[in-house]
Amino acid sequence: MSIIDRKTIDHVALLARLELSDKEREIFTTQLEDILKYIEKLKELDTSRVEPMAYAAAARNVFREDEPRPSIDLEEAMKNAPSRAGDFFKVPKVID
Amino acid sequence: MINSKNVDTATICKLTAFELREKTLSGKLTAKKVVEELFAQIEEKEPLIGAYLTLDKEGALKTAEEIDARVKRGERPGLLMGVPVAVKDNICTRGLRTTCASKILGNFVPPYDAHVVERLRAEDAIIVGKTNLDEFAMGSSTENSGFKPTKNPWDVRCIPGGSSGGSAAAVAAGMAYMALGSDTGGSVRQPACLCGVVGLKPTYGRVSRYGLVAFGSSLDQIGPITKDVRDAAILLQVIAGHDRRDSTCAAAPAPDYLSTLDDPIAGVRIGVPKEYFAEGLNKEVHQAVEGTIRTYEGLGANVVEISLPHTMYAVAVYYIIATAEASSNLARYDGVRYGYRASSDGLISMYSRSRAEGFGSEVKRRIMLGTYALSSGYYDAYYLKASKVRNLIRQDFLSAFEKVDVVLCPTSPTPAFRLGERIENPLEMYLSDVFTIPANLAGIPGISIPCGFTRDNLPIGMQIMGKHFDEATLLKVARAFERETDYHLKRPGDYL
Repeated sequence: MSIIDRKTIDHVALLARLELSDKEREIFTTQLEDILKYIEKLKELDTSRVEPMAYAAAARNVFREDEPRPSIDLEEAMKNAPSRAGDFFKVPKVID
Repeated sequence: MINSKNVDTATICKLTAFELREKTLSGKLTAKKVVEELFAQIEEKEPLIGAYLTLDKEGALKTAEEIDARVKRGERPGLLMGVPVAVKDNICTRGLRTTCASKILGNFVPPYDAHVVERLRAEDAIIVGKTNLDEFAMGSSTENSGFKPTKNPWDVRCIPGGSSGGSAAAVAAGMAYMALGSDTGGSVRQPACLCGVVGLKPTYGRVSRYGLVAFGSSLDQIGPITKDVRDAAILLQVIAGHDRRDSTCAAAPAPDYLSTLDDPIAGVRIGVPKEYFAEGLNKEVHQAVEGTIRTYEGLGANVVEISLPHTMYAVAVYYIIATAEASSNLARYDGVRYGYRASSDGLISMYSRSRAEGFGSEVKRRIMLGTYALSSGYYDAYYLKASKVRNLIRQDFLSAFEKVDVVLCPTSPTPAFRLGERIENPLEMYLSDVFTIPANLAGIPGISIPCGFTRDNLPIGMQIMGKHFDEATLLKVARAFERETDYHLKRPGDYL
């Protein structure tokens, strides 16, 4: 039984905001299927009494005072912008 | 008077960073002369190896002149005074293009330095350029670079390992004295191993990731790639320590790694995990790593067999956790504020098309896998399950470290493989990292050092893993082996 079909691939690509070519859809369907089949081996283990591990280091919250500090200059921050209008990043029209 | 003729070109390129700094301090070399010789070496070797994506000769010469002036004035020399260092191109350098070897960041010039780059500059290092990698550090061969593959200096038909393949190849070929890499599943240790140099992944939290482009945030660490263990200790000393800009960075100050580096290792307990010597391990690698056990026994260490029973699940866990985190981290590349933007008349299609045209196939594959693993209905089966098994893998190590001080095993199951050999089969490529992934999952430090050569003269490396934040023991044990052997002194034959 296959884990992944073309419909799932299309749904995941939409979630990931990735436009895929027909060829990519085909290749990824096969490759992700192979990888997920390999990952199935985790099912061999009974983990009902195991806590999930979120971080490698001891989990602790890191607090600091909320003090204003200098940050990157506006011009500096805009330098890598693909498209700008004044002090704004310009994007295609969102609302009609 | 400074007389540069005291040290000839061949000798200059072979020096370790430590030796180079000594020679510069004593007036036998100037930083400018070092940089000139280094760039002569790069001009000759780089066309064959392809280790760099960006070179900064002008900046390097300028820094060198400033350093020479400061030496003349008798100012306090930094730990890396006059040492040319290469930086992996997923670590931000102010004003110097940082691409992650991705077309999506092809023209990105960071407005700030990463914490580790600030530290390099503060200790008077000279930044040579930015090294090639698998796009966004995703890969084990540097073939996934969006720009070009890097070749192994020991045999240009072979891959240098990855993802920090450019950094490892640059150090091996004498095109940098040291380099920084990043290690999410072995990306410092495995290329170091395959290129015959030293690579250290510090404990999770030991080095600030501020300015490192994020891949798998619960796994990523920045680490040194160097010619020997002493240089690795020096570079770790420079980059380790607290930084408030990375909330996962440990508050505890870094100890003095150099003061314990040459301590004797008699009585140190070394665990050899039987699961790492199973089927699939190359025979020559197996023999070389077994040979190191005798060296350690000769030094008075107690070598015992141990078991890390969940080792066989590490790759499966990793490819859920790392891809899930990557799918989230890489969501920021949408063509809005920086990076590549495809032409489009709608906002959503601008995102999807920019990402389609900007990312390479391995990055897309991992984003797809990670998005799938986190998507509604699959989270428990994949991400949650993997996080639980991850805990079992960490527990394996914690139990082992009740009996032993360090764990010794191969770094990579095979020596460097040929370009193109595994690129069509992602799963086979993923299995290249089977011995390095567990340390990232557990958050412990690991170092790879040279321990032999195959009949074809390709380097073999061994890995030593240690307790959380116990890099000092790791370095001491690695250094003890280096004092007894000369594998680390061997360099690719034809480069000088």
